[in-house]
Amino acid sequence: MLFWQILIDGFAISSLYALGATGFALIFGVSGVLNLSHGALMVAAVVAAWAAGNDLHVGPYAGATIGVAVGLVASMITYFLIVRPLQQSRKIREEEKEIFILTATLLWGIMLQELIAYFYTNNAKTVAPIVEGVVRIVGVRTPSNEIFTAVVCWLVIGILWLLVNRTRAGKAVLAASMNPRGVTLLGVELSQVYIAVWAIYGVLVGVAGVLLGMFLGVSSYSVGPLTASAFSIVVLGGLGSVSGALIAAYIVGYLETLTAYLYDPSYRTIPALLLLVVVMYVSPRGLLGRR
Amino acid sequence: MRMLDKRAIVAAGATCLALVLATPGYAEDTIKIGVIAEAQAVAGSSIPQAAQLAADEINAAGGVNGKKIEIVTYDNHSSAAESVRAFQRAANEDHVNAVIASYISEVVLALEPWTGRLKTVMVTPGAASDVITQNIAKDYDHLKYTFHGYSTSTSIADATCDAAKDLLVNQLHMKSAVVMSEDAAWTTPLDEEYLKCLPNIGIKVVDHIRMSPDTTDFTPIFNKIEGEKPDVIITGISHVGVQPTVQWKQQEVPIPMFGVSSQATNSSFWNDTNGAVEGVLYQAFAGPGVAVTPKTLPFVAAFNKRFGNNPSYCGYTAYDEVYYLADAFRRAGSTDPDKLVDALEKTDYVGTIGRVKFKGKDSPNPHALMIGTDTITGLMLQWQDGKQTNLWPAKVANGKMKFPKFIKVGAAN
Repeated sequence: MLFWQILIDGFAISSLYALGATGFALIFGVSGVLNLSHGALMVAAVVAAWAAGNDLHVGPYAGATIGVAVGLVASMITYFLIVRPLQQSRKIREEEKEIFILTATLLWGIMLQELIAYFYTNNAKTVAPIVEGVVRIVGVRTPSNEIFTAVVCWLVIGILWLLVNRTRAGKAVLAASMNPRGVTLLGVELSQVYIAVWAIYGVLVGVAGVLLGMFLGVSSYSVGPLTASAFSIVVLGGLGSVSGALIAAYIVGYLETLTAYLYDPSYRTIPALLLLVVVMYVSPRGLLGRR
Repeated sequence: MRMLDKRAIVAAGATCLALVLATPGYAEDTIKIGVIAEAQAVAGSSIPQAAQLAADEINAAGGVNGKKIEIVTYDNHSSAAESVRAFQRAANEDHVNAVIASYISEVVLALEPWTGRLKTVMVTPGAASDVITQNIAKDYDHLKYTFHGYSTSTSIADATCDAAKDLLVNQLHMKSAVVMSEDAAWTTPLDEEYLKCLPNIGIKVVDHIRMSPDTTDFTPIFNKIEGEKPDVIITGISHVGVQPTVQWKQQEVPIPMFGVSSQATNSSFWNDTNGAVEGVLYQAFAGPGVAVTPKTLPFVAAFNKRFGNNPSYCGYTAYDEVYYLADAFRRAGSTDPDKLVDALEKTDYVGTIGRVKFKGKDSPNPHALMIGTDTITGLMLQWQDGKQTNLWPAKVANGKMKFPKFIKVGAAN
C-alpha cells in the first residue's frame, strides 16, 4: 500500500519537476544562460492564474490559460529587458557576461518576488483545479488532479520532443545548442533561435507553474526554493542536457517522496542535495552533461 | 563670489538648524504610535490599517489630552532583524511614544529586550508564545514595557479544548485525535497544553505531529494521520494555511480539521483556497457577524467600508490597542514610558474581542491578557459556503456544524 502510494505520488511530483527543469535546461543548452529568475516566473504564472479566477472571475480553463500567457510574457520580458542587453553589451567582456547575466536574473527574480508580495501578499496561492475529485488506483485514493498533472507534463514534454526533433525550426534550436557558430554559418539567425527558445521556455514555465499551483500551491517565498530545485535537477542531470534533466527530475522527485514517507516530511529535500554534492564530487559534469 | 558662497553656506546652515530645532516642537503636538507589522502578509496587513482607523476615530473625537494620535508604520517583511531595526528607528529617530508590533512570536521575542533598552512600550496584537510574558516575570524591571495584547498559546489551547468539549465530544461523540502543528515558537506551549487538555475532555491523542513551516507537500502527513484513524485533526497552524487546507480537500482526507488555523480567520481565505476551506473549524477571538461586544460589528463595518475586506484576527486587537493606549496616555497625563506602563497595567477596557485586562506583576505571565467568562472567551467558527459561521459559544452562535461530503464524522467509532 505504502509502496504504491510512494510510486504514484512520486510520479506526479517528478513529472512536474521534469517539466519545470526541461525549460531551464533548454535555455542553458542553447544560449548558455542560467536563468535564476526561474522560480519567480513560475510564481508569477501561478499568481496570475489565481488572480484571474478571483478578481476577473473567469473559469479554471481561462484562468490556467491566463497563467500560461503571463509565464510566456514574463519570459519574453526577462529575455528582452534583462538578458539580451547584457549579451549584446560591448562594455562587458565576453568572459564576464555569464556572471553578469547570472546576477541580473537573480536580481530580476527578487524584484518580481517583492512585486508579487507587495500586490498579492506573501500568503500562498492555489489555482482552481481543472479536474476535481479522487480516483482509486490499486487501492490508493489519488486526487484526479495528480493524474492530470502527470499527463499534462508528459504531453507537453512529448510536444517539445516532436518540435525539436521533427521540425526545421526545432532542428535549428538543437543545432544551436550543439554549435552556435556552425548554425550561423548555415544561415540561421541566432537571435531568432534565442527568441524561439525563450518563447518555448515561457510556455513551459507557465504550464509548470499553473500545474504546481493546482497541485501544491505556491507563495512568493517559493521563488528561491523553486529556482534552487530546478537548478539542482539540471546540474545533477548535466548542464545543458534535457534528457539528463528528465532523468534527474525523477531521481530527485522519488528521493524526496521516499524521504517524506519513510522518514520525515521536514527533511524531504536534504537527501537530494546530498546526492548532488556526491555527484559533483564524482562526476562534475552530472549524469549526461556535455559542458 | 567668495562672499556669496559663504553667505549661502551660512544660510543653508541656518535653515538646517531651524529644521532640527523645529522637529521637537512638532513632535509635542502629537502622540506617536509606531506600528511594526508584516504588511505583505494577509494577517499582518490588517494591523496598520486597523491602527490607523482607530487613530482617525480618536482624532475626530478630539484626540488625547488635546493632542492628535499619529500612526507611523514600518513594514518588517516578516523578519526579526528588520523589526529590530524598525524598532530602533521608531524609538531613536521618530521618537514614537509606544509601539504596536507584529503577529509573529519570534519577532516579538526579538523586540522584547529592546523595549527595556530603549524604554519604549510595545504591545503585540497577534503573537501568542507564552515565553513573551514568562520573560517579563523573570526580569520585570527591564521588560515591563512589553504588553501581550493577544492571548497566550496556552490560553488559546484551553479555549480550543473548551469548544471541543461541547462540539466534538458532546455533539459528535469523538474519542481520539491527532495533534498537527507547525514547528514554531508559538506552538510549543500550544501543543503542550493540547496534550494536557484534550485527554481531560475525553479525547485520546493518538499522535502528535510537528511539521516544518516550509512544508509544501502535506500528502505524506495526511496519509500517516489517516492510517492512525483519529476522529479529528487538532490543528496549530498560522505560517502555513493555504497549502495544507487545499491538499486536505484535494486528497479528500475524511477527517475534520479543528483548532487554530490563523489564516482561516482572514475573510480572503475562501478565495485563497478556492473554497477548499469548506468545513474547516477554527478558533478565534472575533469573527464577522459575531457581536462579541457592542463594539465588534461597528468596527468590522468601518474597516470593511474603508479597506474593502474584513480585518484579520490581529486587526481587531490592533484596533483595540490604539484605543487602550490612548486611554492609558489620557490617564497617565503624560507620555513618560514608566507612567504609561503604570496606566496600562490598570487597563479595564471593553474592546472588540471582549474586556481587556492585563495579568498583574505577580502572575507567572505578567501583562498577559486575562482570559475567562468575564473577560475574553474566544469563539469557534467554521467556514460554510464561503462564509465564516460562528458555532460556539452557543449564546453567540449563528449556525450549526456541517461538513463536506468527503468527511466521515465518527468513521473510526
